Amino acid sequence: MKLKVKSSWVIPLVAIISGFIVGAIIMLIFGYDPIQNYASLFDGAFGGVYSVGETLRNMTPLILTALGFSVASKAGFFNIGGSGQYLMGWFGAIIVALKFSFLPGWLLIIVSILAGALLGGLWSAIAGVLRAYFGTSEVITTIMLNYVSLYFVNFAVKDWLAGKGEDSSPNIAAKASLRGNFLENLTANSTLHWGFLIAIIICFVIWFYFNRMKSGFELRSVGINEEASKYAGMNVKKTIIMSMLISGLLAGLGGALDGLGNFQNISVSNALPQVGYDGMAVALLVNYSPIGIILSALLFSALQIGGMSISVYSNTPTEIVSIVTAAIIFFVAIKYVIELLLNKRKNKPQKKEAVKEEGAGK
Amino acid sequence: MNKKATALLAATLMLGTILVGCGNKNSDSSKGTKHTVALVTDGGGIDDKSFNQSAWEGMKAWGDQHDLKKGVNGYNYAQSNSDSDFTPNVNKLVKAKYQTIFGIGYKLAPVIEKTSKQNPDTNFAIIDDVVKGRKNVASVTFKTEQSSFLAGVAAAKTTKTNKVGFVGGIKSDVITTFEKGYIQGVHAVDPKIKVDVKYVGSFTKADVGNSLASAMYNNGEDVIFHAAGGSGSGVFTAAKDKSKNGQKVWVIGVDQDQKADGKYKGGNVTLASAVKEVGNSVKNLSNKAMKGKFPGGKVVTYQLKDKGVDLIDDNMSSATKDAVQQYKDKIINGDIKVKAE
Repeated sequence: MKLKVKSSWVIPLVAIISGFIVGAIIMLIFGYDPIQNYASLFDGAFGGVYSVGETLRNMTPLILTALGFSVASKAGFFNIGGSGQYLMGWFGAIIVALKFSFLPGWLLIIVSILAGALLGGLWSAIAGVLRAYFGTSEVITTIMLNYVSLYFVNFAVKDWLAGKGEDSSPNIAAKASLRGNFLENLTANSTLHWGFLIAIIICFVIWFYFNRMKSGFELRSVGINEEASKYAGMNVKKTIIMSMLISGLLAGLGGALDGLGNFQNISVSNALPQVGYDGMAVALLVNYSPIGIILSALLFSALQIGGMSISVYSNTPTEIVSIVTAAIIFFVAIKYVIELLLNKRKNKPQKKEAVKEEGAGK
Repeated sequence: MNKKATALLAATLMLGTILVGCGNKNSDSSKGTKHTVALVTDGGGIDDKSFNQSAWEGMKAWGDQHDLKKGVNGYNYAQSNSDSDFTPNVNKLVKAKYQTIFGIGYKLAPVIEKTSKQNPDTNFAIIDDVVKGRKNVASVTFKTEQSSFLAGVAAAKTTKTNKVGFVGGIKSDVITTFEKGYIQGVHAVDPKIKVDVKYVGSFTKADVGNSLASAMYNNGEDVIFHAAGGSGSGVFTAAKDKSKNGQKVWVIGVDQDQKADGKYKGGNVTLASAVKEVGNSVKNLSNKAMKGKFPGGKVVTYQLKDKGVDLIDDNMSSATKDAVQQYKDKIINGDIKVKAE
């Protein structure tokens, strides 16, 4: 038991370091300088206020899609639909910001954000209802809903929002934007916006929800054992739908904030936004801890933003950064192997015989 | 337990920031006395067999011409993996002190507009769109309706079924220009030929391009002109599959000479390629910028006349080639005016 507690921080750390080492080895094999590249990566992510601004901005949607994935996972569901819910949230926020532009600024922002979050939530709740009442696998439904949302949003943007011959909506009014002169001046014209603050606050809200609220406890309980929860008198169906609703609300909120803060409009997308899938990795790295997600998102964001600098300052292709990120995720995914290795090393002095016996048995 | 996790992760990141120092030194130590240029892709890499690749090849050719190397003292590219990468990519290049920065594709126009305002000392160029009223931004546009017209002529002269097709990427002004030019070209030869127009809805979905093209070939359309970027490679796959089964079908490539993409065991399905010399435009502008004659604030238009756009022969019959040449002369003379809309 003691080891389990410890491993919660050892594993992500081992995974991260291993990922960086694997990346360095690959760079060496192909004749690139890992030290210089990691230096420009860190410079690109944290060197100067502009870079920090971009890194924090890029964290915002990652935090929220990761939180969304966590909420569903804690309830025992695998919500792959983060990308679709994010996209719906983005769309919802932009369409409201454009169509209700007569509202005063503060109200317009609140209404737009809520509309985006709600649309993401309802979208995910579809999968929740199907799961609760018909036992349909949420993995399948959320993946399929991703595609429905991609093509629906593309259609809606083209037919309802974009001008003739264009493939993106007009920009939202400045009063609906989450960016501000203060942040732009502070970070040398980076795209950092107030959504970042909202995302951080939401992390603590979700922590509170999991650990201090009855509904959060029920959610985790259903995740651990559905049958036992039912026996204990919990409304399992309600909890399932609730967890998917909250999960989608969060991803949708991520899309809404990105839309109102970062993009300022919405355009026809070639493919589903990657951020939904990246959010899963962010959440997995810290085992769904809402506060850990802040740091994990910072790491992923730094890799993405800093990674762009690698090829600017050297001949190394940006794909190398993707390999590092993938390696980290890979090492997280095989955390049981790491656990096993740590376990063996720990137990060796005391249980030498047991290990030996096990070996002999084979 | 969370506290520990937090502390450790923070420590790793801090360790990282210490390394930052060396990074800066590395990049700023040597001052370039020559001109430096860089481009930002509009999604996808510089190996997209299309738009971004042509631009990058033009930039490389420029670098070779002036004995420059890839990197901060010569030329470079920044790849955008999503639309949210545009702003950081442009700013990173500005920060790395590249003197002329190209935005490849209309999607970058708003970003170029904004960053050019914030960085008045850097030259910017936008390809395929116009940014007005900025002294440090040159806009480059192509009269692709002219090359597409010729593609239409080639298709009309080649078809046996009197049915031809068009596969576009995302429906937008830039791509509908291809469509409109193509239809005018087909109908200039024979107004009775039917033109079937389909859009993939993406520039990166080869599978959808493949299924659309297969359906069109099954429907008897024997020449397809694609303006679909990466999705277009699916059109080639479909054409090659049909050809292997004995059905004679053709593809007209786009942006650069796509003859290599049409190759299969036993033949080649690329009839011609409607090229758009993005590479040359990048090269020319880089040269002008180097000589201090960057056409900031101006719109540079490339057309048939100056070989900025053209139809390159890959496997056309001589009769088709002659017809294309005739129409080409007429367009250059101004006898035929191809409409973009």
